[in-house]
Amino acid sequence: MADSTDILTVKGLKAYYRMAYFGIDREVRAVDDITLSIRRNEVYGIAGESSSGKTSLIKVLAAAIRPPLEVVDGALTYRFGDIEIDPYKASSEEVNAIRWKHLSYIMQGSMSVLNPVRRIRHSFSDFAFQPMGVDKKTFWERTRAHLERLNLSPDILRAYPHELSGGMRQRVTIALATVCQPEFIIADEPTTALDVVVQKDVLAMIRDVQRQMGSSVVFVTHDMSVHANIADRIGIVYAGRLVEEGPTRTLFTAPKHPYTAHLVGSLPRIGDTTTKAALEGRPPNLADPPSGCRFHPRCPLAIDKCKTEVPPLETVGQSHRSACWRADEVKPLAPVAGQPAQVTP
Amino acid sequence: MFAIIRDLTRYNIEFAIGCVLVGIITLFALASFFAPVGPTMIYVVPPDMPPSLSYWFGTNSRGQDLFWQLSYAFRNTLTFGVMVAAISRIISITVGLLAGYLGGWVDRVLMFFNDIFVSLPIFPILILVYFVLRSNLDMFTLALIMGCLGWPFDARLIRSVSLGLRHREFTRHATFSGMTPRKIMFEEHLPYVMPIVLATAIANMIWSIGMEVTLAVLGFTNLNIPTVGTTLYWANNHSAMIVGVWWWILIPVILIVTLFIGLFLLTVSLNEYIDPRSRLRRMGGA
Amino acid sequence: MTALLDVTAVSKRFAMGGILSRKQTDAVVDVSFTLASGTPEIFTIIGESGSGKTTLARMILGLEDPSDGQIVFEGSSAEERRNAARRLAFMRRVQPVFQNPFEAFNPLKQVERYLEATARTLLGLKDRTAIEDAMDGALQKVGLSYAEIKGRFPHELSGGQLQRVAIARALIPEPALLIADEPVSMVDASLRMSIVNLLRDLRDTFGVSVIYITHDLATAYYISDRIMIMQKGHVVEMGPARPVLETPQHPYSRLLKQSVLSTENAGQGVLEPADRSIARAAWENAGSGRLVEKPDGRMVRE
Repeated sequence: MADSTDILTVKGLKAYYRMAYFGIDREVRAVDDITLSIRRNEVYGIAGESSSGKTSLIKVLAAAIRPPLEVVDGALTYRFGDIEIDPYKASSEEVNAIRWKHLSYIMQGSMSVLNPVRRIRHSFSDFAFQPMGVDKKTFWERTRAHLERLNLSPDILRAYPHELSGGMRQRVTIALATVCQPEFIIADEPTTALDVVVQKDVLAMIRDVQRQMGSSVVFVTHDMSVHANIADRIGIVYAGRLVEEGPTRTLFTAPKHPYTAHLVGSLPRIGDTTTKAALEGRPPNLADPPSGCRFHPRCPLAIDKCKTEVPPLETVGQSHRSACWRADEVKPLAPVAGQPAQVTP
Repeated sequence: MFAIIRDLTRYNIEFAIGCVLVGIITLFALASFFAPVGPTMIYVVPPDMPPSLSYWFGTNSRGQDLFWQLSYAFRNTLTFGVMVAAISRIISITVGLLAGYLGGWVDRVLMFFNDIFVSLPIFPILILVYFVLRSNLDMFTLALIMGCLGWPFDARLIRSVSLGLRHREFTRHATFSGMTPRKIMFEEHLPYVMPIVLATAIANMIWSIGMEVTLAVLGFTNLNIPTVGTTLYWANNHSAMIVGVWWWILIPVILIVTLFIGLFLLTVSLNEYIDPRSRLRRMGGA
Repeated sequence: MTALLDVTAVSKRFAMGGILSRKQTDAVVDVSFTLASGTPEIFTIIGESGSGKTTLARMILGLEDPSDGQIVFEGSSAEERRNAARRLAFMRRVQPVFQNPFEAFNPLKQVERYLEATARTLLGLKDRTAIEDAMDGALQKVGLSYAEIKGRFPHELSGGQLQRVAIARALIPEPALLIADEPVSMVDASLRMSIVNLLRDLRDTFGVSVIYITHDLATAYYISDRIMIMQKGHVVEMGPARPVLETPQHPYSRLLKQSVLSTENAGQGVLEPADRSIARAAWENAGSGRLVEKPDGRMVRE
């Protein structure tokens, strides 16, 4: 399934936290045998709950892991133009050379990127001047042009981070991450801390900048309604494994994994008064995950086979993969778009 | 608590070394209970004998066996350090938790006194105390005075932790469970503060022992009580270094440095446990 | 019909800044509403950060004193609850649930300790079996049992379970009013609806009124009877939940509704920022005008 249009291919990736703390050895399989590929010019959403391993997964993708997290097995290949690189096989100089220029990162807390005691301008020159590899004058010209394209006034370069609102700061970090026109952007819950009104604007901005530059974005959040609005394809992660992957619309209308069906079906909506059920049971402990299919203790469709055998991620439709023994029997939980929804003026 | 100490001895090399060093000194101090001679008797052995098989640590110019003499000295010094630490811990826990949890005017009044104690020049006060009490200054009185002077920095530290705890949701839960402030302070917040208390207690022992040695060397304590400080005072008084009785100074210095290194290693390794949340995160659960 | 909770013209000002540049910030301005006793309801307060919704909740709980106005609960105001006995009596009737279930319990202590303390001090129970019965009764209401949480530490339970234990603790004295400040925002998506459904069951089955504080319009629509939308400390629209959320009238309420991410067009890439003119109207006139009653029973600031 890997072809030359894929910007990133991940094969059988395993990354574990290995800790020996005060003699107690622990191994947490945060990323367990994940195979996926990201195409050019798409937004790929990664959805998962807390401790599903989604944060570890994107840290591995960003080549930003530190012990105790380590890549145990698998391959990771980026293709930027004619550069082909596996960050875990390449030297650190080669990895640094692709950072920011080809591969950048939008973080959750804008304050952790922007230096609070220096003007925004300094953050831009610190992060982006080296990777862009042009002279000072061209650098600032391009930066100003980039800000204008994102409907941000170049005046903000003179501001301090605390002078801007939370939403504006997040926009600045997006501008900062995209100023070198990277082909691959990893966005880690960039809107989770924002208020609802601002959230929509920031999402629209990410979507716009992605379309203008034609880059690929890996967008991580637990909020399915955000994915519904921004992602082209979604990968659902549960307990360190990819359980379903497919085009956004397909996952919302015809999910083939009971966990996805639940996530999509339990979203309350204005205008919909039907009772939404919660999923019983507790999220799995990655240090001691359930046997077989890791979702089986909470699954309404579980059969004996699910307790012992791990379902493989198999193709169930047009670029749609699901890891479920009973994928054919999964039904969407609630009426979704396509069927008549209740009128909301 | 026991499990923590067991894990620390097993897996933390600093803690193990610290335990061994402090343990050796403690055993040495406890040996004084089996001493054949009293600590105040002089000229019971030939003076100025270098360390040998019959006198392990040699004898001093006052005709005392340094082994037993130093054993008494370390017993007194350790007891003194523990007393000061205990007294100052009681004050700093009480003041810190009250000021941090109750806040408002209680906090302002307590921190007013705290700041006064911070700015007090401790050394001149102790010298003044010596001149007033002279030979009435026994170990316990000195420990009491130093305990009453050695709490303010740690009380501030405990207060700052307690201030943070006051705004945590579990404290509000405890309030709405009908728990009394006393129960919240001493059952909910104290366990959080305990690692700090332990670590600062050891630091406080180092401080108080060092202070006692300084005072004694200068002759500002009751010189009839054998302590590490008074041992050094008498050695100085008899010009031990000049007349070549080097063991009279070198051996107590080596022993006190051993004790300090041991205590320091214990503080360092206990600091690993200062944040209970990180401990939980690393040891179990998520 | 007597009032369970009567909030009359309540304001709260905070002094900000240092000695030289002291500024007054209005966290809550002139808020009034009434909850009737005998008819349990879910009253939702909606607002973004800085809207004053949490400050209002803290004032109702008596953790903060209003700068102006009065909050009267079952006939007594906060000033009348200064002594410990009065406060305990108040806590028997009003209980809180907070945002972060992982913070709700001391990580070094077993969770049952809080339930036990509640049963002991607020219900005045002494006998061990009576206390266990009270704990088990409350835990049954939230779909748990005493056997499940006995001897457990917080890190052994999931966020959803912890939040249910926190609600169970609040239910032990059989309060008339539960104040839930963002109770689901830190709970995992798959467990979120269990908490929301639980709040609804509390109203329907056990007759507990709930003040539900949130920024999420969808869950507010799902469970509320009445809602109050706050912007920068002011109430901008208040009334029966479903009509208000279906056809909001104040520009800010309309802006909020427009900002809700819909899943109707999932994957279509349609992501239109809110209407600029509405947004401008919402922010430029923040706090101006006064609340006017509409024929359908709602109040709108205009």
